[in-house]
Amino acid sequence: MSHHDIDIDKTVRTYMMVFAALIVGTILTVGASYIHLPTGPAIALALLIASAKGSLVVLFFMHLIDEKKFIYWLMGLAVVFFIFELTVPLITEMNNIDLGS
Amino acid sequence: MSMAIPYTVEPRPDTGLNNVKIGIWLFLASEVMLFGGLFAGYIILRVGSTDWQPGSAFGLSVPLAFTNTLVLITSSVTMVMAWASLIRKDFSKYRLYMGITVLCGLGFMVIKYIEYTSKFSHGYYPSTHIFLALYFTLTGLHGIHVIAGMGYNAYLWGPGAKMWETAPEQFTNRVEASGLFWHFVDLVWIFLFPVLYLL
Repeated sequence: MSHHDIDIDKTVRTYMMVFAALIVGTILTVGASYIHLPTGPAIALALLIASAKGSLVVLFFMHLIDEKKFIYWLMGLAVVFFIFELTVPLITEMNNIDLGS
Repeated sequence: MSMAIPYTVEPRPDTGLNNVKIGIWLFLASEVMLFGGLFAGYIILRVGSTDWQPGSAFGLSVPLAFTNTLVLITSSVTMVMAWASLIRKDFSKYRLYMGITVLCGLGFMVIKYIEYTSKFSHGYYPSTHIFLALYFTLTGLHGIHVIAGMGYNAYLWGPGAKMWETAPEQFTNRVEASGLFWHFVDLVWIFLFPVLYLL
């Protein structure tokens, strides 16, 4: 995002809305942990809320929503390798995973 | 003869971005890989362990971690407000918001210090259990990032702020790049909090 084409008042209002959403998301994260869900759904719910919060930070605080294509390609590549990094150990440990308890 | 570093303010014709922004995003891409590897380590050790214990078994404090999450989120907002103040050419507001950001970073580390000393006083070390090895590695590396970000933000609040008088646009870019790093540190904590304290 170039400094010259910013509607800063609108941007600041967006920051405040994101701030409120992050606070609510954090309270939800803690609240969800008191529901005592089985391990699988508990992990899924916690990571879902964390992903939503993380997306808000990346899109609005880090301005990714207004970035150039070059940054999208760069971070897209990083995300692909990130998923690869997480998937490989999961595949190798598939036999040990028990999320039902 | 002095040589100016190219494209610190004006965008490169090929990417449409200045080098500061490309540099910091490239660095963040490498950071995604670094923390990705550690999260992968967490997964493989958690599902492979025959004696897995959650954080609550070692007395990890959810209220303290919750407070730390709020502190980091607040610091992210003050960081973007510091940058927005420079866009508005309001330097005194910039100083205020950047000062709060640095203090929030300090507050985060003080809480982390309280947590660490509490664990040590109970005889909990990285070698005690696989969970604690992961806890100290992940939070320790994250803490180093907080200290680094705090240090650079303190520089931009203090001596580094002189650049505002001579090259305001370049200074604004520096604050934006530092902000990108700081938000990344916040982003990592957003995932560390549930993974280590709640699951």
